[in-house]
Amino acid sequence: MAVTGLRCKECEAGYPLEARYVCEQCFGPLEVAYDHSGLDPAEARRKIQAGSPGIWRYADFLPFEERPPSTRTSLEPGMTPLVRADRLAERLGLGEVFVKNDAANPTHSFKDRVVGVAVAKARELGFTTLACASTGNLANAVAAHAAAAGLDSYVFVPADLEEQKLLATSVYGTELVGVNGNYDDVNRLCTELCETRPWAFVNVNLRPYYSEGSKTVAFEVVEQLGWQLPDRIVCPIASGSLFTRIGRGFQDWIDLGLVEGELPAFSGAQAEGCGPVAQAYAQGWEICKPTRPDTIAKSLAIGDPADGPYALELARRTGGSVTAVSDDEIRDGIRLLAETTGIFTETAGGVTVATLRRLAEAGEIDHSERVVVAITGEGLKTLDATRDSFRMTEIEPTLADFEASAACVQPAAA
Amino acid sequence: MAITVKIPAQLRGVTKGESEVEVDGETVGEALDAVFDQHSDLRARITEDGALRRFVNVYVSGEDIRFQDGLETSLSNGDEVTILPAVAGG
Repeated sequence: MAVTGLRCKECEAGYPLEARYVCEQCFGPLEVAYDHSGLDPAEARRKIQAGSPGIWRYADFLPFEERPPSTRTSLEPGMTPLVRADRLAERLGLGEVFVKNDAANPTHSFKDRVVGVAVAKARELGFTTLACASTGNLANAVAAHAAAAGLDSYVFVPADLEEQKLLATSVYGTELVGVNGNYDDVNRLCTELCETRPWAFVNVNLRPYYSEGSKTVAFEVVEQLGWQLPDRIVCPIASGSLFTRIGRGFQDWIDLGLVEGELPAFSGAQAEGCGPVAQAYAQGWEICKPTRPDTIAKSLAIGDPADGPYALELARRTGGSVTAVSDDEIRDGIRLLAETTGIFTETAGGVTVATLRRLAEAGEIDHSERVVVAITGEGLKTLDATRDSFRMTEIEPTLADFEASAACVQPAAA
Repeated sequence: MAITVKIPAQLRGVTKGESEVEVDGETVGEALDAVFDQHSDLRARITEDGALRRFVNVYVSGEDIRFQDGLETSLSNGDEVTILPAVAGG
């Protein structure tokens, strides 16, 4: 295995591969360090292609000291469809758009990737209880993966979360705790709890490992494009972990020679009702000012994004951007994606598609660009956002009533 | 003002293992200075050029001081000031 230790992203102090996430010297975040010296890119590509159908095919690039579980003994996420969205591209006047549909994961969001890695690492480290602070999708994933692995779990969420996300968590038999507060309150509570409970909080004390799971989005996109890089990624930003780790995944493979080219432009997507990274981007700040979220995009409602500074740096370095869109644009984005691709996404995907539309309409995306849009979750999880948006014609069960109704827009065959 | 400052596990190496420090102070900044007087190595761990490092969060009775007056946030007798890492979540 290539993993060597943990390292501070700020001061580069080194630490052993334990359940720790903060540098004791400077309080910076820790990340996983690898040593891939001597790696033969052609051999690595062959090994990946002969590997597991999902993310375990990338085990050599994930933070394990032992082999991760097989697809037969875990809810293996990943290798979600990369769909060529020609009609979406046409509607927006763009050249080439692909949708990376992470709703097609075991619990219908990209969070299966990070939780899959965190749970495997938790077992390697000997934990028997999982926990998390979640805006919903993570809650679903932690509860499900704990059930699959036979581990206990505690899931902490804001109490006002969408009912679908609460139901799709508690069904797995987790200890679901609704906190009267927003996500940042939940996160603070979990950071404090982490000191006194012998639990694997996937996004607190296991966060360095957990976030590595997001790199698999980049690995899959490269593989699915025939070992090529896209020109631009449009991706939602909540904490900024997914956004920045996708960047790191591409960079790792460029550095190792598995793929040739430059990092894509990273275009971040946030909601106006919770856009601390977009605000900092627009203002030219290097750090984010925390905000109190008020948006229908609850899965992105993190007012104090842990990876905000790194997300800003990545967007600026790659010629990308960070955009904030309104709740109405989010609803329109959900519909636009559904109508042009057959993919029904949740509010976070609406944010992402609305951002793509904004960039397209502003002429920010060149017609020659190959754009990948990261759709991170499933529309059935946020039904409130689309509840009043549909049209239905009600009729009696007769031919005549149908013929006379507004729904009968195509005449009967002669 | 009697204030309790709660020290996170990651910093207890420089507070001789203490998880709470009792100090006096009218503001968050004064309370933290009083803690630094007792545990001088703590200052460099969480501050840089007189300001909090960017990955340090400070709360007064659960409220993030960035929604208040930062280090100038005033304290009441019995308040609890909590120092926590800002790198969790998401």
